Formats: sequence, structure tokens, C-alpha cells
Amino acid sequence: MFGAGGGTSSYREIEETDLIILWGSNARETHPIFFHHVLKGVRAGARLYAVDPRRTSSAQWADTWLGIDVGTDISLANAMAREIIHAGLHNPEFIERATTGFAAYRRAVEPYTLERAERETGVPAAAIKDVAHAYARADRAQICWTLGITEHHNAVDNVLALINLALLTGHVGRYGCGLNPLRGQNNVQGGGDMGAIPNKLPGFQDVEDAALRAKFDQAWNCHVPDRRGWHLSQMFEAMERGDLTSLYVIGENPAQSEADQQHAMHLLEHLDHLVVQDIFLTQTAQLAHVVLPAAAGWCESEGTVTSSERRVQRVRKALEPPDGARDDIEIICEIARRLGHDWGHPSSADVWNEVRRLSPMHAGMSYRRLEELGGIQWPCPDETHPGSLFLHGRLWQDPVGGPRAPFSAVQQEPPVDELSDDFPIRLTTGRRLDSFNTGVQSGGYSSPLREGEFLHLAPEDGKELQVADGERVRVSSRRGSLEVPVRYDPACRPGLAFMTLHFPDQTATNILTIDATDPKSGTAEFKASAIRVEKLAPAATGRA
Amino acid sequence: MDIKVAGETATAEEREAVDDVLGPPRSGWTGGAPSPMDQRVALGGRQARAQRHLLLPTLHAIQDRVGYCSHGAVNYLCERLTIPPAEAYAVASGYALLALEPRPARVVHVCDDLACRMAGADRLCDELGRRLGPEGSGGGSGGSTWMRSPCLGRCDTPVAALVQQAGDRRQRSEVSVGALSVEEALRLLTPPYPDPPPPGGRDIVVEGSPLRLLGRVGVVDPDDLSSYRAHGGYAALRRAVALGQEAVIREVQDARLLGRGGAAFPTGRKWDAVARAPERPHYLVCNADESEPGTFKDRVLMEADPFAVLEAMTIAAFASGCERGYLYVRGEYPLARRRIDNAIAQAREHGFLGEDVLGRGFAFDVEVRRGAGAYICGEETALFNSIEGKRAEPRNKPPFPTAVGLFGKPTLVNNVETLVNVLEIIERGAGAFAAVGTAESTGTRLFCLSGSIERPGLYEAPMGITLRELLERAGGVRGRLRTVLLGGAAGSFTAPDQLDVPLSFEGTRACGLTLGSGVVMPIDDEADLNGFVLRIARFFRDESCGQCVPCRVGTVRQEEALLRLIHGRLDGERDGQMALLRDVAQVMRDASICGLGQTAGSAAESAIRLNLLAARGSAPA
Repeated sequence: MFGAGGGTSSYREIEETDLIILWGSNARETHPIFFHHVLKGVRAGARLYAVDPRRTSSAQWADTWLGIDVGTDISLANAMAREIIHAGLHNPEFIERATTGFAAYRRAVEPYTLERAERETGVPAAAIKDVAHAYARADRAQICWTLGITEHHNAVDNVLALINLALLTGHVGRYGCGLNPLRGQNNVQGGGDMGAIPNKLPGFQDVEDAALRAKFDQAWNCHVPDRRGWHLSQMFEAMERGDLTSLYVIGENPAQSEADQQHAMHLLEHLDHLVVQDIFLTQTAQLAHVVLPAAAGWCESEGTVTSSERRVQRVRKALEPPDGARDDIEIICEIARRLGHDWGHPSSADVWNEVRRLSPMHAGMSYRRLEELGGIQWPCPDETHPGSLFLHGRLWQDPVGGPRAPFSAVQQEPPVDELSDDFPIRLTTGRRLDSFNTGVQSGGYSSPLREGEFLHLAPEDGKELQVADGERVRVSSRRGSLEVPVRYDPACRPGLAFMTLHFPDQTATNILTIDATDPKSGTAEFKASAIRVEKLAPAATGRA
Repeated sequence: MDIKVAGETATAEEREAVDDVLGPPRSGWTGGAPSPMDQRVALGGRQARAQRHLLLPTLHAIQDRVGYCSHGAVNYLCERLTIPPAEAYAVASGYALLALEPRPARVVHVCDDLACRMAGADRLCDELGRRLGPEGSGGGSGGSTWMRSPCLGRCDTPVAALVQQAGDRRQRSEVSVGALSVEEALRLLTPPYPDPPPPGGRDIVVEGSPLRLLGRVGVVDPDDLSSYRAHGGYAALRRAVALGQEAVIREVQDARLLGRGGAAFPTGRKWDAVARAPERPHYLVCNADESEPGTFKDRVLMEADPFAVLEAMTIAAFASGCERGYLYVRGEYPLARRRIDNAIAQAREHGFLGEDVLGRGFAFDVEVRRGAGAYICGEETALFNSIEGKRAEPRNKPPFPTAVGLFGKPTLVNNVETLVNVLEIIERGAGAFAAVGTAESTGTRLFCLSGSIERPGLYEAPMGITLRELLERAGGVRGRLRTVLLGGAAGSFTAPDQLDVPLSFEGTRACGLTLGSGVVMPIDDEADLNGFVLRIARFFRDESCGQCVPCRVGTVRQEEALLRLIHGRLDGERDGQMALLRDVAQVMRDASICGLGQTAGSAAESAIRLNLLAARGSAPA
């Protein structure tokens, strides 16, 4: 945020904070390591609020759970802001010194009364008021979120709404305070660090900034395109238009992870050329013209990963990859060589030192220092710098160091896939403790908790629909339909259903989801589909 | 906390029992009737966790109502407190008095421990087994059963029993009785059940000179505050408040009072440490979980002079800055609990407890906690865990309770007898107090005499009285003296030629003995010493909390080695088993976390040293 793509705080800060809002995050199951830090904070006395449509296992740990309607986060955040301002609990000195755009923001949130928010979110006004006051009054407070915020058609607006709250109260740039998106893998952050996003070069350097680009042009002796590239959803749109005909997929399984799966499969199947580089023969790989078997990043190659707290850590090779599988660096250099560019045979250390030369935030992180310090948190501009515990401390300098942080007024917009008489139930998707995404990385390990896919349904809805716990039903959205057994789950209120995408071969959940994407982030609205649940015809129910 | 509750659900009466303690549930998420609001807001977290300390009282409430901690009731309790059922099970299964399987509403626990054994408890139990079926079998007519029990703290009137009747408020009762016979046991187990014997039972033998701690016992009406005040009650508190906090602590320090619970720590130093601890609040805990086999002194004090215990607690709280006190009473002492409950109610009513004690601007109140049959709870940190609703396992020390105690706060924990001494110190002054006893062990001591003695009972004597003199005061040994067990199961046996040992902390220490909890149990040469020592070994094996390996494994190995030793035939093996016993005792002493393990080998070791054990069939060497 504010230009740097990472969480502001260190794990240890959440252990010493006073108040935590888990917003759209079931960290107990989806980020168990991070949640373990949260629990330390809770045990040390931090208050925990959970904002989630479902009363998840994380919410069960919370002092207060706010059972929001899917896709009404901005309404809740704006109402909290209005309440904080009206109660005089905002931080005028901080706002004045370190931010811009407060007047416009104040005007924008003014219509979001507690009553309106109660109507839109379903959360009682008193509970909204309570969380607003508690957040504003806390000495140290953090907001942590995950895909409940970002898997929406207005994902960036959702994030901005949360950032606004931190700016309003000054809960950023100080120890124990902050804004923290939780990352789903050990190295999601590292992918962003290395420029695997359409508009950034390594180190979050803007590709559309000519001066920055020139540095890379010179180092790489080539011309870096001056426009941002496509994000994943735009790539699929380009495939649809016929503008994108060849695809090189590294360590991703879009055939099963994309929303509106039938459509995605169709597009992938009709590419002129599809190359997949992976450690498994995924569904996507099975569609590929060329499959490049890769070494496993966590045990068969050298390199680094970056955790959610921006900590770059060394990964060391423990095993030789199986015959035929090769290190990613080796594969990429070999492709370059065959395309007429001899990059030689760089080691992971060579590649890393190139990163350090080009990315100022990584400059001070030699392999030796990474080892000695047990990892370093960026930014770390030189070899005397200890790394950065938290970001944006500059906002508390007087005068502010660097540009001031902007408020960004945002408005509530309902999910794209509207509920109707035909599709009356809101389906939201997520993950469970023992499985990861499409199961490519976790399905091979047995788990006593894993029982396949279910449609989690409020017991009240199950009874209303006359389907028993465990009975197979037909679930349909405007895009497709599938059969799946029902599980009564009191975590879902009537009208709310939940599924995961862990078992795409058994239950292709993404047949149901909508590919309405946020134009700014490219994330699809996995969290909000409208569905209908139907009892199977008597002949079919025998399979239940 | 994400909790999976599976299986049975609570019946209406079980829910009522739980709600009586916890209050009605506040939402559908915690076991109440679901409301539309539940789908939008759930309050939990610390609010629910803050009630964790009510786990044990609620388990008691369930068992009092339906006779055992039923699966359904515990499930409901877990929902209310957001405790995983496995954790509640871990807590409940640590207490001998809590049943986790269905059992009859009426249970007679028959003590077969040291003193009662010598009085024929085994024969009595065998007879009950013959007539009613094995213990716990529900063989008694009309839904009753009998069970063997470790020491019930009525060693002066063996054989002791605890009679529990579950049911609603009208039906349930709990009473402990002495001098049990087979006929009486059968009467207690066969409907129509007799009314419980009058509280107090038979007269307590209380002797001593000077009588300082026991002066009011048998004289004052234990149920009446006015009677207590007419006998000098609450004069000490008034004087303490007049002296002020620091002066009170100085008096206790100057009196050189040492703790009577077994560890003999300087009481004044403890008070001072808590008073100075910057963290708030401070807690006071009175350890009345007297469960050392052979000990009954705290029971007598609580049953016969309950206001004195409260007054002493109030003085301790005043001096050390505690606003809340817990009095943790053994589960096997129903009468003591009733008397204390009543005394608290009267003291509150008359301003001796509450927001403004004596109108002098300090607040103090006492909550009674009822133990549930766990010797380990006598260990102070295990007792804290028990109050907090956790499994009663000792904590590592340091930190010591004066810094990190109950609920993680500075805590003053004293034994009942220790506290009652304070009344004497405040009333007469440190100098007068210390004039009695020896230089290092000041004041008087309570001695629990039972076993082969003419007049069993509770005796008060100056510290330093010789063992011989004490035995003579109690009418002398019955039969020919073989040995004396000093200090209870955690103590050791003395030789008949050690009768001149002065009973003071330093005097016993010099002879490699311990005063412990004041148990003095002479054993004549007719008694079955093998069985006696085995009973001690079985006691420790049962009571080890299982947390640390030396004790968990060591107590089992000790019992096995003793069995082999007693039943063995070869002399060579005998030497091997003795060496093993010494090794096990050494390891337990060196490596156990708490005093239970550290002393679990002490009695057996001394029995071997004194050559008290006989191979079966052969006479002792």
C-alpha cells in the first residue's frame, strides 16, 4: 500500500498489539502459522474482532464476530469511519500532517450512517459502533485481511476502504499498528518482490516510469516494454479475443483455479501453444503442448523466499531433483539460449546479486547477511541496514518523509452476481485447514479432516429445502451446475452457502463462480456467486 | 476457540445444574435458544474464557445433580465456556471424586488408607465386597455403591467414610462419618437411607498446653459469629488494622513463623514479597486441601473454629494488599465447607468481609473452592491451576507465586494452620509468640495422632516437644511399638530408639526426618507393615499427576519393586530390588517438578533403611 506491495507489520507486532480486526480472513484455517502469532497476541490481552459472513473457526476465537453480508465491506468500513469522525475519535494531527484528501473522504463517508450500514451489511448498528470505537480508541490496532476482501469485483476499493480507516486513526507506521494482507503461500510476497505482476519491475518499480525502465534497459541490454502487461484475467480476455495465442505457465494451475472453469478450460484448449512448467502434471499441464518438469522450489533448488512480513529468507537445496526435472533458472536460461540469447549458467546467487543491483529495497541483502540475520525484512537499502520491522514510519516524521498518504474515497457496490428468485442463495468460497487451493500441493498428503467437497448450508435452509445433512443436491448458478453433498453448517446463516475449490476433479466449484473481475487488480469475484440448490430426482439420490 | 462437540446432549436437569453455576446462556452460540441476532453477532473470546475458572465448580454441580459428569452435560458445559471437550475431560479425569461413567446416585467412599487400615478397613472392605459386590459395582440395593478411598482425614476415628447422595436440592447430601462398621456401612447403603448423622459426629479429642491454636475448638459455637466474638474473635483483625500493613508484616517476620504446610518457608518473607509486588491485583489463597494421609488438623480448625480461619485470612489480605481470597477446601470435607460457607455469609453480613471491611476502607472477600479428590492440589501451583479450571498439574518454579501465582498475579498462599498462628502473633505480639517453642521453630504445632495410640486426636504442643513426650500425652502406644510414621505418606519411619527426637523443624531435620503436616502415627508390632508400605506406594502411584516422567514412572516402578521385594524369595534379588528402590527414590527426589515426586520415595526408603519390610513368610530380620 502507498506504493509498496506488502503488509506493514512484522509477525511479532501482532503479538504485542492491543486490537486485531480479522477482516475477510479465516486465518485459523488458511494462515495457521500467522494465526499462531495472532493467538499469542490474544493470550497477551489483545481484543480480536472477526468480520466474516460465516462464523468461521477464526471467528470463534474472537471477542466479537460481525456476521456481515457478502460484498458489503465498504459499507461497514465507511460507517465505521463516519462513526469515528462523529465521535471525535479520529486523529486530526496525523491526518493533517501525513495524509491528503481527508475533506473529500469525510464527505464521501457522511451518508454511511450506522442505520444504513445495518441495512446493507446486516450487522446491528450497535456492533458497528462498538468495533469503530474500539478500533479508534486502541493504542495499537491492526487490520488483517485475506481473500474475503480481495476476491471481489471491487477488490482494490475494498482494500482502500480499510487503508482509509488506518489513516483516519493513525494506526499505521507505528510499532504494533498496521495493515496486513495475509499471503497464502510461503512466497506469494516473493513473487511480487521479483516483479511477477504486470505493472512492476523487481522491487515494486513501476514499469511505466521511464527513468526506472532505463536502469533495467541498461542492465539487461534490451528494451523493456514501456506499458504494463496483462494480469491473469486480462490474459483470458485476450485469449477470448484471439489476441493471446501462446501461454507459458510456471507453477500455476489456471485450468482449475480460474472462475467460470468451463470457459477457462475452453480457452486454454484452443491456444496455439501452451507451455507448462511445474513439479506436477496438473490439469493445465495435461492440456499443454510442452511440459517442462521443474525441480521443487522448497527442497530441490537454491534461492530465497519472502514471507508475508517482507522477510527474505534463504532456501537451500536438500535433494537432487528426480531425473528429467530441472531447476527453474536452468530451464529459463536454456529457453533463452535456444531463442538466441546466451545467458550462461548463472547460479541462484548470481541471479540474486542482480536483483540486489537493480532493486534498491533488496540492495543490502547479501546471501551472507541473510544467513547471519536469519532473513531480512525489506526495505534494506545497504549492507549496514538491519532491515525494516514495519513500514511507513516516515508518516510519523515531522515533516513527513516522502509523499503524504492519500485517503481514497470509495463507495459500496453490491456483488455483480445478483440474488434473484431463481438464484436465491449467496455462495461464497474459501479454503479449509488441511487443503490448499486446487489441491495440487496438498492432495497428495492424507489428512484425517479431509472428506471431499460439501456444500455448507445453514441447517435452516437444509430443512426448508428438505435436503438432509449429507444428501447430494444439484447446485446451479447462472454459469453452470454440479452435484455435491450437503453439509449442515451453523457457521452459515440462512441464505448463505460455502464451498471450497480443493477437489476440482470431484467437484468443480469454479463452474459456479463468476469471472467478474476487478479491473484494477484482476481478481475475480470468487467470494460472491448466486446459486440455487435443488433436491435430486429420486433415482439419483441413491448415490448419496 | 473452535470446538467440536459431538455425541450426547444435556438433559433439562443437567442444563439446569450447569446454568445454576454459570447463569443462563446468552446466545444460541453458547447453548441458549437460537435468535436471529446470533446470525449476525457472536460475543465470545475473553468473555467466555474468563469463566474458565468455573469449570470445576460446574463439574461438581453436574455430579451433585446426576451422580456423575455425564457426557451430555460436559458437552453443554464446554459450549458454555468454549472449552474443547478433551480439555474438560483432562481436567475432570484428574479428580478421584469426579466420576466420568454412570454410577449410582448414592456412593459410600470407605477409607482404606493408613490409619483406617490399621483399624481393619481392609477386612471391612472385603466384607462389603462379599455382600454387595466389588467396589463401584452398584451392588447396593436401590442404586447405591461403595468404593475404596484414600485418606479421608478422619484418622482419629477410624474407619472413616464419605457418603455422597446426588439429586436435586432437596435430595442431595454429603457427609463424612467416622467409626464405620460393616453394619453401619450396609445401613448407609440400603434404602430407606438413614438421615445423615448430626454434624460434628463424635467428640474430637483436642489436647494441649498451651492451647493457642485450638483454644476455641469445642468451646465456641462454630456456626455463630457472636459466639466467636464473645471468645475474643476479631480482636486480632482490629489490632492489625490499627497497626497498619507494614507493622503487621514486621510482627509476623519478628515472630519467625514458618509455614505449617510442609515446606517451612518463613511466612513473613512471603507476605512481604506479595505486599511489595507492583503488579495488581494480588490474590490470597488459603490452602485447605489437606490430603496428606494421616492429617486432619485443618479439618478440625475449619469445622470447629471457621471464623478464626476467615479472620486470619483477612489479616493476611490486609497486610499484603489482596482484595480477593480463595479458600480451597478438600472435597472430602463437606462439614468444613458448610461451616466456612456459613461463616463467610455471617462475616459479610456484619462487615467483616466485603467492600469496606470494619469500615476501615479496605476491601476483601473470600470465595470457597471445593476440591475433588486430588492430593496434588495440596501443591500450591497445582492448586492455582485447579482454581483456574485447568488440569491440576504443578508449574515450574520460578517464577514463585509471590510474583506469578493465581491467574498469573502475585499470590499469597498459606496453609490453614499457618494462618491461624497469625491471630496469636497479632494478639500477643511477636515476642510472646516466639517465646514458645525453640529458637528456630517458634510457637506451637498441631500434631495429628492416630494409629496404635491410646487416645488418637489432635494435639497442640510447643515446637521441640520430644516424640516420646507427645506419645505419652496421648496415653502412650497401644501394644509394642515397632516404628512411628512421621509426616504422613510423604514423611518417613522412625526407629523406636529415636523417640527423643525433638519435634521441631531443625530437630527432625537433624535426624533425617520431617515434621511434614504434623502426622504422628505409631505402629505396633502386630501391624502389617508390608501392606502399610505398599499402601503408601499405591497412594503415590494413584496421586502422581503424570506430568513429569520421574514421578509418573518412578511411582509405578517403586510399587512394582516393593511387590517383588515382599513376594520375592531369593536373597540376591532382594538386594537388587532394594538398590532399585533407592535409585528410583533418588531420581524422583532429584528430578521431579514438585514435592509429590520428591517425597514419594521417602517412606519406602526409610522402611528399607530400618529393615521394616519382611519377605512373605519369613520373620523380619
